[in-house]
Amino acid sequence: MPARMFEASVRHHRPRVAVVELHGEINAFAEEALNSAYAEAEREAPDTVLLNFADVDYINSTGIALIVGLLARARKSHRRLLACGLSQHYVEIFNITRLADFMNVFPDEASALTADTTPARD
Amino acid sequence: MATLLDTVQRVRIGRRKPAAQATQKPALERTRQVTPLPITIAPDDPIIAYFVSTPGAVEVDKLHVNSPAVRELRAAGAKLIIPLVSQGELVGLLNLGPRLSQQDYSTDDRRLLDDLATQAAPALRVAQLVREQQAQARARERVDQELRVARLIQQTLLPRDLPALPGWELAAYYQPARAVGGDFYDFLYFEDGRLGIVIGDVTDKGVPAALVMATTRSILRSAAVGASSGRSLSPGAVLERTNDLLHPDIPPKMFVTCLYAILDPATGTLTYANAGHDLPFQRHGDSVCELRATGMPLGLMPGMRYEEKETALGPGDRILFYSDGLVEAHNPEREMFGFPHLAELIGSHGSETPLIDFLLQELAAFTGDGWEQEDDVTLVTLQRAEGYGHSMITNASATSTENPLDDQSWRVLDEWTVQSEPGNERQAIQRLADAVRDLPLADQRLEDLKTAVGEATMNAMEHGNHYQPDLPVAIQVRASQTRVSVRITDEGGHFVLPESQAPDLEAKLEGLQSPRGWGLFLIERLVDEMRVTGDETHHTLELSMSLEGGTNASQNV
Repeated sequence: MPARMFEASVRHHRPRVAVVELHGEINAFAEEALNSAYAEAEREAPDTVLLNFADVDYINSTGIALIVGLLARARKSHRRLLACGLSQHYVEIFNITRLADFMNVFPDEASALTADTTPARD
Repeated sequence: MATLLDTVQRVRIGRRKPAAQATQKPALERTRQVTPLPITIAPDDPIIAYFVSTPGAVEVDKLHVNSPAVRELRAAGAKLIIPLVSQGELVGLLNLGPRLSQQDYSTDDRRLLDDLATQAAPALRVAQLVREQQAQARARERVDQELRVARLIQQTLLPRDLPALPGWELAAYYQPARAVGGDFYDFLYFEDGRLGIVIGDVTDKGVPAALVMATTRSILRSAAVGASSGRSLSPGAVLERTNDLLHPDIPPKMFVTCLYAILDPATGTLTYANAGHDLPFQRHGDSVCELRATGMPLGLMPGMRYEEKETALGPGDRILFYSDGLVEAHNPEREMFGFPHLAELIGSHGSETPLIDFLLQELAAFTGDGWEQEDDVTLVTLQRAEGYGHSMITNASATSTENPLDDQSWRVLDEWTVQSEPGNERQAIQRLADAVRDLPLADQRLEDLKTAVGEATMNAMEHGNHYQPDLPVAIQVRASQTRVSVRITDEGGHFVLPESQAPDLEAKLEGLQSPRGWGLFLIERLVDEMRVTGDETHHTLELSMSLEGGTNASQNV
């Protein structure tokens, strides 16, 4: 379980959907890169931002707090925030923390994008 | 000189009546005074030096001095100027217009006027001094009145009583400087049993600072309590709100430094955020550390964010909140008291004298006799009483009345230490995974245990050891026939009852609570049992779960 530096990249998948691919560990060290990636995702004012956790090895409570921060930002700007690619354990963590009540969780990117048909913005 | 000459008045002579006695009677008898017009003579006007060196009446037309004042007098129709000189200082001018007869002033007139000037000048000087002193007395009275008002505002708003919390000792000291700064402190009592502690300092002094202090105190009190729930909101969110509400109304160039902390007396947890105030010191054992959290002072700019931190106080731990009047005090050699000296004193403080008394004694020794206090001195101390305890939190479904951790058949699988540095919980997780590799633990249960141990290790490094790398976190993994147990021990040296309330995600998303605060909540839900023990020097969290498909978190939610 060697530590991996967190990285994130953004794809503007289709009009009004941005996909943020997350890599490595989401902990205190990830804060700057995660927030920068989210800001980049917001640049084209998407209706939906999809966080893809498929390549994430580890999320600690600080990482949970960072995701809560992103969710708060998304809600403030009336964006839909989705999650995909979480391991079974982190799906459980999202359930325990009730994050899953506020952001839909999908097994993978394809299913998330298929489900995201209704714009969340007014 | 310029001030004195501001009071000089011009006198115009009226027309002489057609009477023969004019030559016998001094011209002044036949003058009348019209509305006096003040003139101003600049301090560098050469006419001042001229009159001081050349006493006696002078005809304006014969003055050949490049003087703005003389030009002004000439334009106003003055014909004769008699300087009023007292003790070598020009204190006024007596200016006369043309005689009614249109004739020149006689020698008698001029002698009479010179005599008059000789008598009038000292009298005028005395009158001027009296008026100056009266003005100064009025100004002093105004300042004294302002100071009385400022003191009254501050003393009215400072808490009258100290919080009475079982197991805790609080003390406060406030000594205003003569000029009365804007220091304040406050205690807020919440329905959930928590205690808010505020200490702040307004730039500027006197009534303006006192008014801003009063405003800040009111806004912060209002912002600190949830609108409908009466529960405490997180310190960072409170400072953020206070800043946004204060900013539009605070006078230019004024701001407020403020530290806001919330103590949970039951757990010893202190959450805090800081808007540019002096960093509190925490004494734990023999070590002293600063409680650092970043944030801009209140009132400077809107939309600021305030970092939120947390620390834990064990028995005997104490925290000093203070204002800069202490650390910026000077001794006769103009050396400053300073932060390092304060930290040393806190570290060397014994138990025989209360910390505040001890610091005031040291301050008095440092500044010496006759020290004129430069700024307000405000000190607030928080101390957890000496004691010891332990607690156990068990998930609802683990209903055995026996404590399964007391099973004697435990075998140690592994034990090691990690240094208290951010990220080192990953080492603990990795080694735990290796240690329990051969146990009958389902994958999902293993992941739960790994996350719980990771979070417990983070807590130990952060709250127990304050991320001091030289303080280790000891981890021991044990197993019995039916259970696995992991003990995580830090150097916190006391028992801290963990937070049992679920984090309020809605409040966090609304910015009313810090987004943090998930660690213990997750631990409690991921293992079957969590037990907290401690002694004078150690604090241990023991986590255990069943190897036989015992209750796990996903079944609990």
